[in-house]
Amino acid sequence: MSFAKLTTSALALAAMSATTAAARDQVQVAGSSTVLPYASIVAEAFGENFEFPTPVIESGGSSAGLKRFCQGVGTEHTDIANSSRAIREKEIAACAENGVTDIIEVRIGYDGIVFASQLDGPEYTAFTPSDIFNALAPKVMVDGELVDNPYAQWSDFNPDLPAEDILAFIPGTKHGTREVFEEKVIAAGCEATGAMEAMIAGGMSEDDAEDACLEVRTDGRSVDIDGDYTETLASIDANANAIGVFGLAFYENNTDTLKVATMSGIEPTTETIAAGEYPVSRPLFFYVKKAHIGVIPGLKEFAEFFVSDEIAGPDGPLAAYGLVSDPELASTQEIVSGEKVMGGGS
Amino acid sequence: MTEASMPTTPHAAPRGSLTTVDARTKKRKAAEARFRMYGIAGIATGIFFLLVLLASIVGSGTGAFQQTFINVPVYLDPEKLDKNGERNPSDIAKVSTFGYTPLIQDALLQQVQDNGIETPLEDRGDMKAMISASAAAQVRDTVLANPDLIGETVEFRILASSRVDGYLKDRVKREDVARDKNIDAEHLDLVDALVPLGIVQKTFNMDFITGADASESRAEAAGMGVSMIGSFFMMLVVLVLALPIGVAASIYLEEFAPKNRLTDLIEVNIANLAAVPSIVFGILGLAVFIQFMHLPQSAPLVGGMVLTLMTLPTIIISTRASLKAVPPSIRDAALGVGASKMQSVFHHVLPLAAPGILTGTIIGLAQALGETAPLLLIGMVGFIASNAPDSIASGLLDPNSAMPAQIYEWAKRADPAYYERAWGGIIILLLFLITMNTIAVILRRRFERRW
Repeated sequence: MSFAKLTTSALALAAMSATTAAARDQVQVAGSSTVLPYASIVAEAFGENFEFPTPVIESGGSSAGLKRFCQGVGTEHTDIANSSRAIREKEIAACAENGVTDIIEVRIGYDGIVFASQLDGPEYTAFTPSDIFNALAPKVMVDGELVDNPYAQWSDFNPDLPAEDILAFIPGTKHGTREVFEEKVIAAGCEATGAMEAMIAGGMSEDDAEDACLEVRTDGRSVDIDGDYTETLASIDANANAIGVFGLAFYENNTDTLKVATMSGIEPTTETIAAGEYPVSRPLFFYVKKAHIGVIPGLKEFAEFFVSDEIAGPDGPLAAYGLVSDPELASTQEIVSGEKVMGGGS
Repeated sequence: MTEASMPTTPHAAPRGSLTTVDARTKKRKAAEARFRMYGIAGIATGIFFLLVLLASIVGSGTGAFQQTFINVPVYLDPEKLDKNGERNPSDIAKVSTFGYTPLIQDALLQQVQDNGIETPLEDRGDMKAMISASAAAQVRDTVLANPDLIGETVEFRILASSRVDGYLKDRVKREDVARDKNIDAEHLDLVDALVPLGIVQKTFNMDFITGADASESRAEAAGMGVSMIGSFFMMLVVLVLALPIGVAASIYLEEFAPKNRLTDLIEVNIANLAAVPSIVFGILGLAVFIQFMHLPQSAPLVGGMVLTLMTLPTIIISTRASLKAVPPSIRDAALGVGASKMQSVFHHVLPLAAPGILTGTIIGLAQALGETAPLLLIGMVGFIASNAPDSIASGLLDPNSAMPAQIYEWAKRADPAYYERAWGGIIILLLFLITMNTIAVILRRRFERRW
């Protein structure tokens, strides 16, 4: 029977491959879509210059990447998680539960988060954290009272801003970018407008007030984008009055359709971020599973190559793409070459 | 009633004649005409959207099949590429692509100056914006393959950067470059001067059809080729697994299985499985093939197995339908002349049902070819820039992507040059799908028998 033969050979093929699968040749990376372009640039150069195969880089968001990273040790799990925020205590605990205890934290540099809108759209050229908070928080300060957000237009609370309906596309909660957006913009605005003080005065504990500060309004003026920046860009294209949150590198690649707003009077550029002047920036990380070093060929070499001066330095291809290079790159290189894991130890 | 009275009796209420149309007939005819109009309008809307879709795909995607190249003679400086002068391959391999970049930039600058083009760009570094980052790898690979070239001046055809390419394709406008830090107006002036000299040329881009994916810093180098191979191997796995399993299952269910509650349950489940969202098969694949069976991630073998699960119900349903279409008289005749049940199935029923089975299989394959969602979970969507596999085993096991996954990936990327490539990829994918469906139609037309 030819069918029977075909089936058996197919099954044999599957069984054969199952036995050879124990060894994996290439480094497997998953995580932040913000880090993805940088990681892919490095992976490509790595594949060209080393004998090792080109690493595979997947995206899906920082949280998703760390979750997969923490699923266990072994070749069926990823070796590196890219993240646009630092790993959380909860995630370290989840990792440890699955046997992933030795994690090397590698900071590759900094990225700016910018507010941009349609090139020919309204004059959204200068924001402060207070403006964004007033526009997007569910409860804001009006005449010294904490009330449900009454603002429908930007000019309602800041006459310098255009009289346009408020509409903002912000990163969804699975993005590391969201955390930075909350901390550096919304929370800062919450404090600056005095809303946080009012919440504490109203009987909230400080922790609760901090949490309440990070909320965004749910009446449709603030829209979470769970996809990539291209999705935000498409939403901006469709809504002339909208502003969107982007990474600096993405904005710099799309200056033909987007215009950027200053934050507290500072224009976002690699220089202002490196100097620490532009307030909304965050470090980018990747996390290496130490148990896989020596098991997956090229893993350590890839990590070292990633943070080498010619790649992550100020004149390297990552900086050319939009990464703000880390002034303390040398110490990061030491961490990688010494395989220093998080939380002390070696 | 007499016969004579018939003609004299007038109709009680004359409803008109054949020549004059009464009100009710008019109304019925109008209803019919309206219904036809609705139908035509429906078809016209469909065709209109199809045309808009095709026009936008072709309009946005054809650019990807053209690419800008720079022809430049590069002096392969032995001082930089082989310091020892021993032409030892391991020494030469130590020079990374970063060592080659300045040589190429020098070469282009030399070209510009030799041709007496007036430009404020007088630095080697100024040429960076013109040249693709892939050029260094191209030159390095050439040198590694042929170390004797060191010390000579070799003519290279290197890719121009995506901004230069975009300028020649009208994607990058002069008024926009002022705010673009990747390229300046002076570079565009230089491009304008180099085009008539034939140094900068826009030609057909074979690399888009044969090449591998490229990182975001070099959109100009990205191609579909390797992901096409990935798709090919996945389809191979689907064909090898799904066709025999599907056909065997349907023959048993249709011809041999007793009709009882159990087989009814199986039938219902197969019909339900065909409607399960494809992402569910991806989750299943991740859990079973990768985490339990420890098959490699991102491998076309796993992708093919997941797509097999997805395609099986389609194949089983269409195979059973075509087996059912074979008239029972054929079976009875075979049994009547003394054939066993199995002989009657394999000698008579199956050959007659084959065209229908093949058509169903091809349509199932075409469906699997365009599927992205299950691949998301098994690591086949992402930056996977492997080289073309060199053997069947590496084709099945080495990480690779698939055509629809590649398109999805490109559509997400920041550089606008990827937009055009995503559409170009759609054109290629559509050509494949149209070809497969055409084959299915031809098979059906030529071989299908009706009773």
